[in-house]
Amino acid sequence: MYSEKVMDHFEHPRNMGVIENPSGVGTVGNAKCGDIMRIFLDIDEEGIIQDVKFKTFGCGAAVATSSMATELVKGKTVQEAMQVTNKVVMEALDGLPPVKVHCSLLAEEAIHAALWDYAEKKRITIEGLQKPKADIHEEEEKEEF
Amino acid sequence: MIYLDNAATTRTAPEVVEAMLPYFSDCFGNPSSIYGPGSKAKKAVNEARHTIAESLGVKPEEIYFTAGGSEADNWALKATAEGYEHKGKHIITSKIEHHAVLHTCKYLEKRGFEITYLDVDTEGKVSPKAVEDAIRPDTILISIMFANNEIGTIEPIGEIGAIAKKHGVLFHTDAVQAYGQLPISAEALGIDMLSASAHKLNGPKGIGFLYIRNGLKLRSLIHGGAQERSRRAGTENVPAIVGFGAAVERAQRLMEEKQTKESMLRDYLIERIETEVPYCRLNGHRKDRLPNNVNFSFSFIEGESLLIMLDMKGICASSGSACTSGSLDPSHVLLAIGLKHEEAHGSLRLTLSEENTKEELDVVVEAVKSIVERLREMSPLYEDFLQQGQ
Repeated sequence: MYSEKVMDHFEHPRNMGVIENPSGVGTVGNAKCGDIMRIFLDIDEEGIIQDVKFKTFGCGAAVATSSMATELVKGKTVQEAMQVTNKVVMEALDGLPPVKVHCSLLAEEAIHAALWDYAEKKRITIEGLQKPKADIHEEEEKEEF
Repeated sequence: MIYLDNAATTRTAPEVVEAMLPYFSDCFGNPSSIYGPGSKAKKAVNEARHTIAESLGVKPEEIYFTAGGSEADNWALKATAEGYEHKGKHIITSKIEHHAVLHTCKYLEKRGFEITYLDVDTEGKVSPKAVEDAIRPDTILISIMFANNEIGTIEPIGEIGAIAKKHGVLFHTDAVQAYGQLPISAEALGIDMLSASAHKLNGPKGIGFLYIRNGLKLRSLIHGGAQERSRRAGTENVPAIVGFGAAVERAQRLMEEKQTKESMLRDYLIERIETEVPYCRLNGHRKDRLPNNVNFSFSFIEGESLLIMLDMKGICASSGSACTSGSLDPSHVLLAIGLKHEEAHGSLRLTLSEENTKEELDVVVEAVKSIVERLREMSPLYEDFLQQGQ
């Protein structure tokens, strides 16, 4: 069901953990639909993401997308991190099953939520960054009776 | 591999496969044909029907073969609805039925039927009193499962059957999980219709039956030839029917032995997990429980991750997590017994067979312990929980 890359990131998640006193932290998703993602960012004075950690409650795809998303933003500038969309994360993982695409949306949103927190603390605006939605999930396809 | 998903399906028993094989080759004839190979096939189908009828204490002509449990459930509900709608359009069922029943009820609702979905208690029991209270003059059918497929709770079928009889309402039970594991007498329990499936009792997939008590008015499911007393036309799946018969013969013969062994293993597994894994909850009834069912919720973790990690260690299990169902909602059964969404997402079902050993279960307990611990380390919910505790 999952690509080798997804399984690798699930089995050996990169950057799992917490950052004490992070520059920004964001939590998205909800327990109702079964996915919660939290991203911690450590951003230096130049605006470069020096460290990033995650914690995730969710399925294999949710863990793998968190792991991949953190790898993709580590060492990048805030502006570069803004380019890490769900599509980029998904491609880096060699794709996800259709029912799991919402997990990659969650990863993008978690990074945005952490950046939003950082921007608020620093009282700056990040170009293209919008206030994150706490709840990311697509409408489920309902069976017709 | 340690296989602990026998509620999903079971290994086809070697003696069952053996019994089936001649009906693919030498005895390939159509049971409706007059010549030798045909009548041989017919005889085999009749024998299987006889074995199955005997296991329920009913007549062979009351057993109708179907392609499985879901088909039997669909048929029982839709055909009763059609056959008795002149009497009324109200059906009583429970919130923890299999989707084959629940989605058929939704279908019937769209067609003007009214369905009462009874609540269950925190252990998954339907209250017979609630069934009786829900009966109205226009109630035509009560459909309550014999035992639940996820949490293993055995329902008070005899009491519900007696209530149905007292009020002149038909009673159907989905016995897919119970048939072959528990002794069932249709007459004594007041059952009018019963669904079962072969692959849950070491028989082949793709074959089931609906027991329909003589005298019931039930519309034909498939129109065509005279097979299954013209109620379900189409050439019989002879090898599968023969396999079903062999599986039932085997299940009846081994029932007591299997029950004793499996319930001992079940209780051992439950006790070890309860004492060794913190923040867990046993789902389902402690005593009135299928001999092979274990179902736990582990707080702060998600079931699919748990299943993948168990699979990496060669352990096959299942979960009520949304991610394993292909939808975003967790198990309706776990929600009905009062679990919160996040608890339902973190559930694990382990269903045993008599082939499992205590040593295997020791491996499973150690695996569950380490995986749950690892997933909690990754979980923001657990992090929040620990911080709240400080």
